Amino acid sequence: MRFLLQRTVFYLFTAWAAITLNFFIPRLVPGDPVQSLITRNQGRISADAIESLRVLFGLDRNDSLWEQYLDYWRQLLHGDLGLSFTFFPAPVSTVIGDSLPWTVGLVGITTIVSFLLGTALGVGAGWRRGSWIDGLLPATTFLSSIPYFWLGLVAIAVFAGPGSFFPSSGGYEAGLVPAFDQYFIPSAIQHSILPAATILVSSMSGWILSMRNMMVTVSSEDYITVAHAKGLSERRVALSYAARNALLPNVSGFALSLGFIVGGTLLVEIVFSYPGLGYQLFQAVGSKDYPLMQGIFLIITISVLVANLLADVAYLLLDPRTRKS
Amino acid sequence: MTDPVLEIRGLRVDYGLGDQAVRAVRDVDLTLHRGEVLGLAGESGSGKSTLAYGLTRLLPPPGVVSGGQVIYHPVDGPPVDVLSLTPAQLRRFRWAETSIVFQGAMNSLNPVHKVATQLLDVIRAHEPKSTPAARLARARELLRLVGIAADRLDSHPHQLSGGMRQRVMIAMALALEPQVVIMDEPTTALDVVMQRQILGQLAELRERLGFAVLFITHDLSLLVEFSDRIAIMYGGRIIEQAPAGQLYRDALHPYTEGLLHSFPALHGPRRELTGIPGSPPDLRAMPSGCAFHPRCPKAFDPCDETLPPLGPPGDGRPDRTVACWLHPVATPR
Repeated sequence: MRFLLQRTVFYLFTAWAAITLNFFIPRLVPGDPVQSLITRNQGRISADAIESLRVLFGLDRNDSLWEQYLDYWRQLLHGDLGLSFTFFPAPVSTVIGDSLPWTVGLVGITTIVSFLLGTALGVGAGWRRGSWIDGLLPATTFLSSIPYFWLGLVAIAVFAGPGSFFPSSGGYEAGLVPAFDQYFIPSAIQHSILPAATILVSSMSGWILSMRNMMVTVSSEDYITVAHAKGLSERRVALSYAARNALLPNVSGFALSLGFIVGGTLLVEIVFSYPGLGYQLFQAVGSKDYPLMQGIFLIITISVLVANLLADVAYLLLDPRTRKS
Repeated sequence: MTDPVLEIRGLRVDYGLGDQAVRAVRDVDLTLHRGEVLGLAGESGSGKSTLAYGLTRLLPPPGVVSGGQVIYHPVDGPPVDVLSLTPAQLRRFRWAETSIVFQGAMNSLNPVHKVATQLLDVIRAHEPKSTPAARLARARELLRLVGIAADRLDSHPHQLSGGMRQRVMIAMALALEPQVVIMDEPTTALDVVMQRQILGQLAELRERLGFAVLFITHDLSLLVEFSDRIAIMYGGRIIEQAPAGQLYRDALHPYTEGLLHSFPALHGPRRELTGIPGSPPDLRAMPSGCAFHPRCPKAFDPCDETLPPLGPPGDGRPDRTVACWLHPVATPR
């Protein structure tokens, strides 16, 4: 229990540091949103308009960094992440709230499926070395070494196109209103198949490989020989003795990968123009949308930290040796 | 002598296949009688652990049993050849008839499960009809048997000391009241005091429960005290076998003699420690004739040419066997 408390305090400190960095980094980037608007309109903006834009974005007040920092915290604690420049006048929290479910839905589910499937295959491959799953390994390793965006582009080029079942972009059929009904859900699923499949293909082999290797290592432990000598069923030895021990490193890896669900989807969503958080971040960076960038970074930071905490808890639950009596 | 419980006949164990195979156990004949302690001693690499793994069919690849029979005589029912059991029969046979205590006291328990889980799962696997309460009562009794408080059932292996872990393993080995317990250097990882304690306890348990023990160790001094009979292994073969006292007082094979002279006696007159010159044979390139002849101080003519057969020596003493030209077998088998 004390261990958990220590970890929590540590993560709170890390969160503070990350949020502070999150505040400063965009402000160290040269240029400001008004500048970028001017460039975007190729200078065809009158001086008055520029001035009113500056007022609008709060860039006229010339507050010191410290005051801005305090302001930032004050708003953050009220759940106010500011207004997005690109989607003006939508508040950042609304923009994030709209795109987060897409990311969590697509990448979250595929991460879990990839972990479960990969680990199960890894257990099989490690337990029965030389079986057909082992033969599969070089192929999956090859697929996982392909840069993700390229795999996505190839998938679009091969499978998507006019008249194909797989749409090449978007999260749902244009013209549908997001709702849980019989029109929208099938469309959303149809749009997610191709990106989900490419994520699975490129991420699963990591789980297979690490689980297989751990299984092979654990299989030569003395307690496995004892379990065989005890006359336990093959299944019980494989699962309760070998896999149960081999799983430990994979579980913490899995908890960490949960943290990257939010942050690690940039390429997927750009390639498939998927309306998730990564795509939003991409747009925010392109238009120097500080509040949106900060908001998304904040979500990424928090999710990584929460995932770390989850990993600690999972390890605590699974490995009795980390528990102190 | 009582009737046999485990008969090993011509057992051969190789590592690898074909010409490249390393022959670790060569034509071993060994009989374990009901309720006795048979010690098996030899240097590292003499094949004693391989023999234990071979006869229980626990050899990890590339180990292969390439010949022989292991006949087990159940209390009631006809004898069975362990080496020809089907996988399901083998699972039922294991632990219920022959259990094993392994070398590594530290790693024999699954680190993620409680002691209770590991004691109960073996009982459940072999006695699926028993009730959970009965199984738990049995587990408590087993721990009491080896002198561990029953509340240790809820401990994880890392919370126990090395000695306690090995005692838990012994308790586990006795869980199904097997006829044979194989002990593969069970006390090697423990300190001397703990060795004594555990061996004492084991001797006591054997008196009460009457199982037979095949005790494998490189520590001959331990065997002299603890076992009824001792078999000495060298280069994958049994080279001498005799009642413990006889072997200690009057070793026939020069190798046994060398082993006996490589540790100090606690009682009796002082004697010089000599050890055995040279090193154990390379199993891939065994010397011709008697495998020990290059190191043997008493080697003479036939030693490097012909392998001496194992049998009762010609000079009387029918209860022991030896494979040495110094003591040729009375009537070759």
